[in-house]
Amino acid sequence: MAITQISLFLMNQPGQLVEAVGAISDTGSNIRAMSIAEANDFGILRAIVTDTDLVCKALKEKYLVNCTPVVAARMDDRHGALYPILAVLNESNINIEYMYAFTGTGPEEAYVVLRVNDVETAEQVLHAGGIDTLSDESLKL
Amino acid sequence: MSRYYQQEIETAPREKILEIQNEKIVRQVRHVWDHVPYYRRLMEEKGITPKDIRSVDDIRKLPFLSKADLRDSYPYGLLGTDLKNCVRIHSTSGTTGKRVVAFYTQHDIDLWEDCTARAIVAAGGTEEDVVQVCYGYGLFTGGSGLHGGSHKVGCLTLPMSSGNTERQIQFMMDLGSTILCCTPSYAAYIGESLAEMGYRPEDNKLKAGIFGAEPWTEEMRRDIEKKLGIKAYDIYGLTETSGPGVAFECEEQHGMHINEDHFYAEVIDPDTGEVLPDGEKGELVFTSLDKEAFPLLRYRTRDICVLSRKPCSCGRTHVRMSKPMGRSDDMLIIRGVNVFPSQIETVLLNEGYTPNYQIVLDRERNNDTFDVYVEVSADQFSDLMSQIQRMEKSLEGALRTMLGIGPKVHLVAPKTITRSEGKAVRVIDKRKLHD
Repeated sequence: MAITQISLFLMNQPGQLVEAVGAISDTGSNIRAMSIAEANDFGILRAIVTDTDLVCKALKEKYLVNCTPVVAARMDDRHGALYPILAVLNESNINIEYMYAFTGTGPEEAYVVLRVNDVETAEQVLHAGGIDTLSDESLKL
Repeated sequence: MSRYYQQEIETAPREKILEIQNEKIVRQVRHVWDHVPYYRRLMEEKGITPKDIRSVDDIRKLPFLSKADLRDSYPYGLLGTDLKNCVRIHSTSGTTGKRVVAFYTQHDIDLWEDCTARAIVAAGGTEEDVVQVCYGYGLFTGGSGLHGGSHKVGCLTLPMSSGNTERQIQFMMDLGSTILCCTPSYAAYIGESLAEMGYRPEDNKLKAGIFGAEPWTEEMRRDIEKKLGIKAYDIYGLTETSGPGVAFECEEQHGMHINEDHFYAEVIDPDTGEVLPDGEKGELVFTSLDKEAFPLLRYRTRDICVLSRKPCSCGRTHVRMSKPMGRSDDMLIIRGVNVFPSQIETVLLNEGYTPNYQIVLDRERNNDTFDVYVEVSADQFSDLMSQIQRMEKSLEGALRTMLGIGPKVHLVAPKTITRSEGKAVRVIDKRKLHD
């Protein structure tokens, strides 16, 4: 399962982000979710897009690109919904490096993207706890 | 196929070389005495006349010339013949101060081009070869120096000059260039560009490269050789002594043979001026032996290197100089510590980085700041900020171990460090140490 996240190395300077987003836009792929981590000199743009292969291929010509498997866990878009997901992962001693969330296409549906140290175990324990996760195929829909 | 351009002199017994040098130095000193009042005065101040110089052993009695002398006597002060006998000038880039202008008679150009022809043949060049010269043409000696040598060997010469990488690659592929002449940083850049365009090293017809005009390391040589699928030869020279070709590498790739029939080399202690024995590290000093327009006696190059007279398996008998290990001009003094940019390059390549870096020095509250910008490559990039910060810390540690002082490392995206297509901009020193 798991989904593929695209990461871009960008300099922390005006114009870098708009150019990168433009390049993604040119592929016709939709950005479902994104987040940016920033340091003094550079930033890392992480994005979940509808056509990972296409975007990855296009960006590699110009950018440092990295593809990483991440877990996208489904939750209801209501208060308290994130807690059980994190609790299940915590019980299995899974470390979360970073996370960000996006709303789903269905009503009151949301997803949390989790970058964890062990994707396989994380998905197993989430499924066992009755929590759904997304796959690359389901992103294209 | 001949392995030498001028076999008789290139492989002459040592006694024969010495005999030629002894004969030439007497005439060269007399020529300078008669035609260059600036140097004559320096000799007179030391109480020396041409009669005191009877062999190369007496060269050590002569006064030194430094870059400052060349600047002081700009433009005609060291001219050794009437201007009407001169046919060309070349000039330094002037990046470290006032320009130096060197003059040439047709005789001087002939001898210079013999030197570069020797370098091309030593790199395997024959009349069958296609030599792509992408050193700059113009005031810079690189372009015309290799161009002239290539003509002498009878190679098909592509006078590309520097820049316009796409066009360079188009000619290289369409005309099947076999020997590439340029700065090592531009060779590395061409290699990267070829890879980006989808070419593998075996797709080009290049067999050798003759690279010089800027410092480069053994690691960089291996990098270029791999990227272009060639054997990379070093060449040495400076505008003051004619240009590239004063010394060149043979297939041994172990030191550069100095063209001793035209240049006499000494290594001195840069502080005392004392001549050091072979094998000891010191400043390289050249005395021209048969120049007409711009004869320089005991010119201090500022390049630190070692001479070796051990026999070379290539059959050439001329003394070999090591790759310059540093240049007094390039040496940076940071928080009181001597740092050579080449040391930083060595660490980068050892740690798996590209040799694309820039050193930025500044001063904050009377303390030097020392920043090194390094390009990250695709296989090093991670989506984890912590991972990239660990890489920065680890590189800082490796640099501190090598240099004795710790720079702040900044990882940056590929191709963001300015690479001039001539000489790489390695150091930006914003410190105002002098008024």
